Amino acid sequence: MAATFEIEIATPERLLVKEQVTEAQIPCGGASGEIGVLPGHAPLLSELGIGQLSYVINGERRKLAVAGGVLEVLPEHVRVLAMVAEMPADIDLARAQAAEKRAMERLASVQQNIDSARALNALKRAQARLAVSQK
Amino acid sequence: MPSLIDLRRRIRSVKNTQQITKAMKMVAAAKLRRAQERVVASRPFSQSYEKLLANVVSAAAGDESVSSHPLLAVRAEENIQVILMTSDRGLAGAFNSNLIKGAQSFIAEKPGASIQLEAVGRKGRDFFRRRNLNISGEHVGIFDKSLFADADKIAKAAIERYANGEVDAVYLVYNEFRSVMSQKLSVKKVLPIPVPEGKESADYIFEQPAGELLGSLLPNYVGIMIYAAVLESAAAEHAARMVAMDAASTNAAKVIDQLTLYLNRVRQASITREIIEVVSGAAALD
Repeated sequence: MAATFEIEIATPERLLVKEQVTEAQIPCGGASGEIGVLPGHAPLLSELGIGQLSYVINGERRKLAVAGGVLEVLPEHVRVLAMVAEMPADIDLARAQAAEKRAMERLASVQQNIDSARALNALKRAQARLAVSQK
Repeated sequence: MPSLIDLRRRIRSVKNTQQITKAMKMVAAAKLRRAQERVVASRPFSQSYEKLLANVVSAAAGDESVSSHPLLAVRAEENIQVILMTSDRGLAGAFNSNLIKGAQSFIAEKPGASIQLEAVGRKGRDFFRRRNLNISGEHVGIFDKSLFADADKIAKAAIERYANGEVDAVYLVYNEFRSVMSQKLSVKKVLPIPVPEGKESADYIFEQPAGELLGSLLPNYVGIMIYAAVLESAAAEHAARMVAMDAASTNAAKVIDQLTLYLNRVRQASITREIIEVVSGAAALD
């Protein structure tokens, strides 16, 4: 079994990451939560969730925030097609904090006319960004 | 016969025009390179996405949630939405007029259907607004940045209309980037979604039922198709402008040559006339 596998993280705009890594933690969509991937993982297809994606390269853990898309795992190759993916350096901290606060308020208010699923996703996105930017 | 001063003025004016067209050509060339880089950069994503989608489709084949998926439902095309991608700026040769002609003939081919137009780019919007076509939405100024979020917004609006039953089909009319010299008018159906087909490359474990996964992948696919068209169209626009401005610079050079020749001839003629006057004046004194 190979000690590393290749991870490819792409957004519609560009290829973000293409590296040999030893492990990865990837958020899945729906109710499946997070999966950990090690080299030699069985082939898997899943929706990509909203959250923090991390991978380990030469013992160093790197993180990025992803939101939505699709995930393909093959024994020696992981392909993450994220609709949105941001490296820690790209994240606007103040904006994420404001978005978190706004989403919290939305969810807390018991109005009928709010789209709670949308607010929840917004909250998850904001929290993922915050988690990634705080090392 | 125009005077020397007039001719010099004309030449200067054409030279100024030539300088502008030359500069525009260089700007277009630089932008074209960047647009092409974007197209190349987006390819890994869209190709993989298509492949994965084909896999999911074949895995989910026969699943009831697939055949009844709202974004795959084919209906009689009574209300059609056309997403027309023109450029925001002119001076790009026949780029926009070809698109508009293409859109018009597309509309003419669908008699009886009511058409609404989603105008991407200023030129198409202005043209069809003057012709009182039903314009459902307009998106101006998205080509400079070419962000996925902009394309996704168009896709979400189209999906919503389609799911509501407001429109029965959505077509994309845009210029495909073939090469620097040629663009190809392309009409592409985006809704109902043309499902990519392909063989299954591995036996995947599915974290969730394939039908459900497909349901979450399909809406994004519309955005990806539109985004690909935005990038192609941006590249095609800059290529068209570059070629048009190159032709304009060459034509300006030709005009300058002709005018200069004419100027010299007029100058010669007036010198000759003056000499004749001097000589005949001197002869009259003898």
